[in-house]
Amino acid sequence: MQASVQTKDKRRRLTSAVMTTLTAACAVFVVLVLVIILGYIALRGLGSLNLEFLISAPKPVGEGGGIGNAILGTLILLLMASVVGLPLGIATGVYLAEFGEGRFASLVRFVTDTLTGVPSIVVGVFVYTLIVLPLKQFSAMAGGAALALIMIPIVARTTEEMIRLVPTSMREGALALGAPQWRVTTGVVLPAAASGIATGAMLAIARVSGETAPLLFTAFGSRFFNFYLDQPIASLTVQIYNYAISPYDEWHAQAWAATLVLMTLILSINIVVRFFTRKKF
Amino acid sequence: MIRIDSSIHLFIESTNQCFNESILMKPSPVTPNPATAYGASARRWNWRRALAPTGNAGDAIFRGLLFLAALLLLVIVGAMVGSMASNSALSLKRFGFGFLTGQTWNPVRDEFGALPFIYGTVMSSLIALFIAVPLSLGVAIFLVEQAPRRLARPIAFLVELLAAIPSVVYGLWGIFVLAPVLREYVEPPLARWLGWLPLFQGTVTGIGLLTGGVILAIMITPIITAVVRDVLTAVPVSQREAALALGATKWETTRVVLANAASGIAGAIILGLGRAIGETMAVTMVIGNRPKISASLFEPSYTIASVIANEFTEATDDLYLSALVEIGLILFLVTFIVNGIAKLLVWSVTRGTSGTARAT
Amino acid sequence: MSFSQKNSRAISALLCVAMLSLFLSGCSGERVGGGALPGGGNAGDSGGAIRLQGAGATFPNPLYQKWLSEYGKLNPNVRIDYQSIGSGGGIKQIQAQTVDFGASDAPMTDDEIRKSPGELLHVPTVLGAVVLTYNLQGVEQPLKFSPEVIADIFLGKIKRWDDARIKADNAGASLPAADITVVHRSDGSGTTAVFTDYLSKVSPEWKEKVGADKSPQWPTGQGGKGNEGVTGQIKQQPNTIGYVELAYAVQNRLPVAHIKNSAGNFVEPSIDAVTAAAAATTSSLPEDLRTSITNPTGADAYPIASYTYILAYKEQKDAAKGKALVDFLWWGIHDGERFAKDLQYAPLPADVVKRAEAKINSITSGGKTLRAAQ
Repeated sequence: MQASVQTKDKRRRLTSAVMTTLTAACAVFVVLVLVIILGYIALRGLGSLNLEFLISAPKPVGEGGGIGNAILGTLILLLMASVVGLPLGIATGVYLAEFGEGRFASLVRFVTDTLTGVPSIVVGVFVYTLIVLPLKQFSAMAGGAALALIMIPIVARTTEEMIRLVPTSMREGALALGAPQWRVTTGVVLPAAASGIATGAMLAIARVSGETAPLLFTAFGSRFFNFYLDQPIASLTVQIYNYAISPYDEWHAQAWAATLVLMTLILSINIVVRFFTRKKF
Repeated sequence: MIRIDSSIHLFIESTNQCFNESILMKPSPVTPNPATAYGASARRWNWRRALAPTGNAGDAIFRGLLFLAALLLLVIVGAMVGSMASNSALSLKRFGFGFLTGQTWNPVRDEFGALPFIYGTVMSSLIALFIAVPLSLGVAIFLVEQAPRRLARPIAFLVELLAAIPSVVYGLWGIFVLAPVLREYVEPPLARWLGWLPLFQGTVTGIGLLTGGVILAIMITPIITAVVRDVLTAVPVSQREAALALGATKWETTRVVLANAASGIAGAIILGLGRAIGETMAVTMVIGNRPKISASLFEPSYTIASVIANEFTEATDDLYLSALVEIGLILFLVTFIVNGIAKLLVWSVTRGTSGTARAT
Repeated sequence: MSFSQKNSRAISALLCVAMLSLFLSGCSGERVGGGALPGGGNAGDSGGAIRLQGAGATFPNPLYQKWLSEYGKLNPNVRIDYQSIGSGGGIKQIQAQTVDFGASDAPMTDDEIRKSPGELLHVPTVLGAVVLTYNLQGVEQPLKFSPEVIADIFLGKIKRWDDARIKADNAGASLPAADITVVHRSDGSGTTAVFTDYLSKVSPEWKEKVGADKSPQWPTGQGGKGNEGVTGQIKQQPNTIGYVELAYAVQNRLPVAHIKNSAGNFVEPSIDAVTAAAAATTSSLPEDLRTSITNPTGADAYPIASYTYILAYKEQKDAAKGKALVDFLWWGIHDGERFAKDLQYAPLPADVVKRAEAKINSITSGGKTLRAAQ
């Protein structure tokens, strides 16, 4: 009797040890995958990275060229998406947090939440029919609108959560001083939640900067530096895609270098955000 | 004293019940809603009160603006569904429900059936889940239950970084690294040992369903991990303490926690599924893009999102375009529903632990 | 109000500005776009430079990129952009008027022409060959294929590289005992149209089961996007066979197969062999220049060749842009032709250049001929 309890006990401990090791192995494996991917990008990308590559426009195969216009294009697209998407997203988030009762608000919340999961290619199709076809023009504007649409729900939800973290006592204090509600929200609640909202905004920007699918038939692509919003515009992601499926070794090398640039942008946003929110989590 | 493990089983059952009950009985979220504090909660919709419950003009404007923003979001989603429905009317009328079961995708003869794409999407997503679910559970359990905090935080960050890598970058990596590796080192052994299964027969090329599924698995692992982590964190510490106090081992304690978090974990998995279904670029680049249903995982396939990416700019024919938009509509609705279900499941566990639930 | 502090004022001001900018950009975005572009209009004015947007066939993309680069050097005030999205895409986008010119290897079908909002001209630019390329280890000599064998490979009837019928044409080649992986285009492609047009001419079964089109339903194989995608997939995977434009195979040092023509000779795809194919058909060129030159007669003619076209509206809405387009096209079929051979395209035969000139000369804006306006 005693012996069987002991063996059972042993087996339980063994199971526990094995499973613990397994979960640790899972973690190690996933981190390893990340290291391999990032390492490979760095390895392949560094080879063709130089100043010339970063500032010049693409050239025909065999003549070099760079991704300067794509870097600029991505920045312009992100700027446009932010100008439209951030205010809308933040406003929706404030609405949900401060007036988020009743059926309408629940509907908005639910739609916002599920919208974050809607494939970005669908957004691209929508913007194509809504903006590109009527204007008869692929444009940076359409690309920016598509990215903004992807941004809004992300920003809205993080904003709502951050505002909800602001203690009610702060609102009550301000209200007790006789401030109208809008002053309470803009003067007390928003500043208190500002860093959190900024974090959410940064992450949303990082997220859309990697989007390709919604840009394929909105911003289209271009071989030139473009500053006009009603013209097609290049972007890093579309350029990477076009180069990746090309047959030229030279363009493959450029795709890796462009990827390195894009990843540097995205990772630095993530790391900066991480650094600033270290205390919170 | 004799059967320790059975008592633990009992414990699992009972705590599971308690936990579920405590959730069901919880009347409202813990976070107090500020609107209630202003006495603004209107049971029936009244625009006048909704806009200016405090009677202040500034409030009315402020509130109106915010309301417009929220409304705009609904309008956009409504417009999305509306425009897709109207643009796919032609195909809807022509094919009806047969569209979903049609196996031919032949723009030349105006025959459009979405089944090959649905099959490719479902299969690649299933492969992804098959790999990603155990992996993500392992990582999440490790992070929440086992790793010391100092180790858990950086690892969690690194895992989340995987989610920050853009789809097109996964595609690039998939073409030049993953596909050759699978072709040389993974698929031949699979064909040799499991070749009696129809799943692993046929020519080994490295471009096909399997590669698409593996890429998807890497992409959804961080998402599932993050949500499972939240869900596990939401399980009260007392559950763990109680299990440990009964003499449970670390793994047995974890099982108690897992049982309590089951519905949330299911939500996390479904959330991952939703992401896998809608993923476009990476899959397009490695799946082979052929609208044909074949049993083998080595064979090229096609997903709903990929066919839109590939063919949308060039469908010259009205019916062709309409069929593509209908496919997009299906994708939209399916992801919408899948995500909705996932959100509800995750909420059922994390509700009440304010703020830790993630938006994505 | 005693309550308001610097901080809160700043924040609320910021929010107001943000809101304002949102609504402004929301409304004005539409208006600016709509106003500046009455029907694909005068966007060129905004920067002093004239911008043209083209899109379409991937087949001539390397040449067009060279042209745009060279033409840009000569005419810095004209900026022409070309995106290779496939011939189907080129036709669709010119129909939707989202681009100023389209490009396609396959001439538009009657149905497509009927659906266009204006009369579209086909201006041939160069000729190209569609070649069979493959990735086989240990095969040194170029493989030889008869038309029926090609059709059966792409029909999925010949499945192995060591099939007796492939061996019959290639005595001495060490063909591997491996499955054939067919790679075809996944997008609507002029290259595909040319290739399937050829197969339909040489194989009744192909004609009946699959037909000739830009995006037919393939009986077998995997799809790649663009000539680029197909070349890439063939390079990446052993034991594959696919069809690409000659330039893509040469640039990538992929082997190209010799194909038996209607005279019974195995012909290597080359610029001369393509010119021979064009020469055999110039006399029967229709008025609108839409033609197929696959499977021609002629002892030296390569059987899978085609013209590639730029598509432009006969009536240009914007005179400045129309003029720029006309000048560019004129330059292309004259000066541009000298870049063709380096990139593995066959220049237009002289009498076809004359026919193309007539097409370019017929382009008008507001009733005025643009070319003569020089």
